[in-house]
Amino acid sequence: MMSVYIDFIRMRFLTMLAYRVNYYSGIAIYAINIGSAYFIWKAVYGDNAVLGGMTSGQMSTYIAISWMARAFYFNNLDQEISREIRDGSVAIQMIRPYQYLASKMMQGLGEGLFRLLLFSIPGMIIVALIFPIRLPLDPLTWVAFIVMIIFSFFINSQINILTGLSAFFLENNEGLMRMKRVAIDLLSGLVIPMSFFPLWAEQILSFLPFQAITYLPGSVFTGNIVGMAIIQAIGVQIFWFIALLLPLYVVWGRARKRLFVQGG
Amino acid sequence: MFYISLFSEYLKNYMKTRMTYRSDFWIEVLSDLAFNFMNLFFILVVYMHTDALDGWVRAEVIFIYGYFMVPYSVFLCFFNLWDFGNRYIIKGEMDRVLTRPAHNLFQVMLENMNPQALFGAIAGFAVMAYAWTDLDLALSWFDPLMFLLLVAGSVMIYFGIYVSLTSLSLFSDSPTGILPLIWNIQNYGRYPVSIYNGIIRVVLTWVLPFAFVGFYPAAFFLRRETFMTMALLTPVVGLVLMLMSIWIWNIGVRRYRGAGS
Repeated sequence: MMSVYIDFIRMRFLTMLAYRVNYYSGIAIYAINIGSAYFIWKAVYGDNAVLGGMTSGQMSTYIAISWMARAFYFNNLDQEISREIRDGSVAIQMIRPYQYLASKMMQGLGEGLFRLLLFSIPGMIIVALIFPIRLPLDPLTWVAFIVMIIFSFFINSQINILTGLSAFFLENNEGLMRMKRVAIDLLSGLVIPMSFFPLWAEQILSFLPFQAITYLPGSVFTGNIVGMAIIQAIGVQIFWFIALLLPLYVVWGRARKRLFVQGG
Repeated sequence: MFYISLFSEYLKNYMKTRMTYRSDFWIEVLSDLAFNFMNLFFILVVYMHTDALDGWVRAEVIFIYGYFMVPYSVFLCFFNLWDFGNRYIIKGEMDRVLTRPAHNLFQVMLENMNPQALFGAIAGFAVMAYAWTDLDLALSWFDPLMFLLLVAGSVMIYFGIYVSLTSLSLFSDSPTGILPLIWNIQNYGRYPVSIYNGIIRVVLTWVLPFAFVGFYPAAFFLRRETFMTMALLTPVVGLVLMLMSIWIWNIGVRRYRGAGS
């Protein structure tokens, strides 16, 4: 049974490999975004050594690693799922002998692994040459970071799948998907690290799953979260991973009952 | 006259199709604005930790952002050709356009018109008005006229850059991925250029002149003494780029042979 899902990962990986040219411009786009964030934050720091609990060096590292981690965890599962709901092909997939949502998750993982190998790693090397970035020296930090971005991937994908499934209930969920994308970039700490938010916002965000996507792994990488706090951060991620299974289960159950294929 | 009536027909058509799904329309307007809201929120948060970005205070940077929203929204209203290569070249719709009497670029732009983007211009104008009062700037009689002239210049710059790049699809039907690349660069233009290093500043001013779609023209209202010349160059740069892009487009159309089948 497992081998079916591994094949989903493999197939998506190979498909991505066939269209890899698109991804070279992707690296450039991420470098451009890291660059603009880098210069703005540099101007924000000015003469200040530490802001929001981060040194300017940690900030540069945080920006770079957050974008490169995004390349791994980002996917368009929401768009894929709502397209398959709208064109009706989800009905065919539901009668096949595998879990539809699990297969989507695995396809997303194949895409993520592809980006990790051909995008994040070379991108990080390029970015490290251009900007003053300090990579962690402790191998344990690396291990923790790798574990954490895997959870980033799962949590982000769970939110994506939930957004995609909204197509069962709304005829057009285009706007919702766009808002979700902005919300994730803002609330996960990609654009602004959580410790920079006003206190009230930071407190609200600490009760939401988004911080587990970017802020927690990024802070471990820059050394803002160390020691036992790393275990705690991973605990937060595990909590959200499990907590988000419940709405997925409920929504999927209700969606299957509601399914009507438009046209087809 | 022919073009104006064509424009109003397309506009009516657009309103009819969009108003069929009214709630979708408003959700899309909101989600368009969400991106701008995020950027403004970013500026607010950043200024909680510092008083000035390289000497520019909060209201000034907000003003620049507000300006940036106006020409960009006007441009988005008329230019929605992000999928041109795929839809018109690979799927062959360009052949149909070429048989029509109106100029092909005009026709293609009207077919994809997106007037809902204009809500962004209204929002941008409100943001500018807020920053204007916050800064307590004086309003001269020529400010509204200059504003219109500068916005026209900035729109022409967007037009010039994106039409030139879109016409690359007429020369080769393989996807280049260059449009999203440029789209991300344009975001550099909404901050004071002095925060960037020398190379980026030169690129933003003379190569991909996105400093002219936000910072320089906005600086005309904020710090006229220093940025007068650069601001007044906006319509000039815009006109040059726009004419150049139409020229490139026309060459592309002449070379266009269809993508088979």
